[in-house]
Amino acid sequence: MSGHALAPLDVALIRRDFPLLYTPFHGKPMHYLDSAVSGQMPNAVIERMAHYQRFEHTNVHRGVSTLSQEATDRFEEAREKVRAFLNAPSVKQIIWTRGTTESLNLVAQSWGRANITKGDEILLSAMEHHSNIVPWQMLAAEKDASIKVIPMDDRGVLEMDALDALLTPRVKVLGITHVSNVLGTVNPLKEIIAAAHAKGVVVVVDGAQAVPHIAVDVMDLDADFYAFSGHKLSGPTGIGVLYGKKGLLEKMPPWQGGGSMILSVSWEKTTFMGPPGKFEAGTPPIAEAIGLGAAIDYLNAIGLDRIAAHEHTLLEYATKELNKIDGLRIIGTAPGKASVLSFVLDGIHPHDVGSILDHEGVVVRAGHHCAQPVMKRFRIPATTRASFAYFNDLEDVDALAAAIRQVKEIFGSDSAHSAEEQA
Amino acid sequence: MASDPRELYQQVIIEHNKKPRNFGRLEPCTHHADGQNPLCGDELQLTLNIAEGRIEDIRFEGHGCAIDVASASLMTGAVKGKKVEEAESMAEQFRRMVRGELDPATDANLLGKLTLFQGVKDLPSRVKCAVLPWATLHSALKGEEIASTE
Repeated sequence: MSGHALAPLDVALIRRDFPLLYTPFHGKPMHYLDSAVSGQMPNAVIERMAHYQRFEHTNVHRGVSTLSQEATDRFEEAREKVRAFLNAPSVKQIIWTRGTTESLNLVAQSWGRANITKGDEILLSAMEHHSNIVPWQMLAAEKDASIKVIPMDDRGVLEMDALDALLTPRVKVLGITHVSNVLGTVNPLKEIIAAAHAKGVVVVVDGAQAVPHIAVDVMDLDADFYAFSGHKLSGPTGIGVLYGKKGLLEKMPPWQGGGSMILSVSWEKTTFMGPPGKFEAGTPPIAEAIGLGAAIDYLNAIGLDRIAAHEHTLLEYATKELNKIDGLRIIGTAPGKASVLSFVLDGIHPHDVGSILDHEGVVVRAGHHCAQPVMKRFRIPATTRASFAYFNDLEDVDALAAAIRQVKEIFGSDSAHSAEEQA
Repeated sequence: MASDPRELYQQVIIEHNKKPRNFGRLEPCTHHADGQNPLCGDELQLTLNIAEGRIEDIRFEGHGCAIDVASASLMTGAVKGKKVEEAESMAEQFRRMVRGELDPATDANLLGKLTLFQGVKDLPSRVKCAVLPWATLHSALKGEEIASTE
């Protein structure tokens, strides 16, 4: 990043693009601190999709009509925007999917089934979301392969010393998240990928939580596969992306068959398109792809580096304010983390915290965050998680801290269970 | 719009969450079931001793939110000593109350102080927490070993 100071964000102006943020919620101002669950879409994205639906819609890659050609052009322009966003070499390496989960399943089902055999090991990090665990478990069960895990320390930092020993000759693939959805940890991907490649291991990156916060460069990272979802990036749900290296994608078999993915079909033999077409059977989510393209334009106009700097300020302030609250423990204290702040309160279950915060207009996620192994690692059933985006400001953080104090007041000072007393 | 959660998180519920009654495990027991709420991870193990159609003793273990723990604590107190059919009726009435289908002010019921949980009907995402102990009781009484709110 360049040395000169970045111009701060005009958050008041940005918030005008999000009607939800200035609509009263339970009669109170809305403090949306749940962008890690799903980002809000700015008006520009919603309007671009509506315009497509009203004036430009038909199917893509079909027929010779002008309308179809233009819809196809808009759809493919969105693919180019994603390519540039990831700094991928070619649009042929950008596959549309329904989201990160589908992208990861595509890799496991197509590349995985063709390459994983009995006795192989699949290496995953201890901080994966279920979407980068379960597809691999399904594959391991089918192929009689096994899953190994890179451990992490109490801050939520991967134990890099353990990596080398875990990269045994049996390991064929490493699945790793770029940014932890629970802990906010930003993993040292470049170093991890280089270590994996030195042993011939293919690396599959879950980028769902990274793309809203970090300028991703798949070539610089040297990632083999990189997956993300539109809706975490201020775009719509139902659209996601899988980037893959050319040589890998070309060798991979299709995973779903149907229209759009073939060169020719006869009763005797069907031939498939090259990537990305061979992985895109059926009618795609066209408006959603165009909406994701509009979201990338919107974020680029603000500037990803300015967004990162703003979120860093919010995270630092929130960490300082929450640490002042007695009985509050932040889960995930890795240096340089992304703007995701999980915490637990002594003796008060996160679901009770979430319900009370909700009533105060503070929208957070309470639960296991689809990362039950992370909860188990920290010996907690769940956390409350606030996540900060470019449209949040210091007032949102103050509202969060005030609402947490209300929870403590409702539950009383000594909230811990004492079931033993009456057993 | 949801009502003020303070109406639900009343002192009795906070207090039962802090000091749950009938916490533990009966060994041996005549009936048992494990309950879980997969979406939020709440877990509950219920053990009962039933003799001649009457719940003689009941205990619960597990972890969950305050609504879940207080519901289990108050439920075990309410059904202890009751006939099985009576406990089943209470389970049904409780379920209907937290879904807003039974108004304890006007509809006949056996719920007593369990009406404290009436406010859950305004927090739809929490209905499953309040119901989990009752769903687990229902399973135990029916001889099923697993109850899930999904």
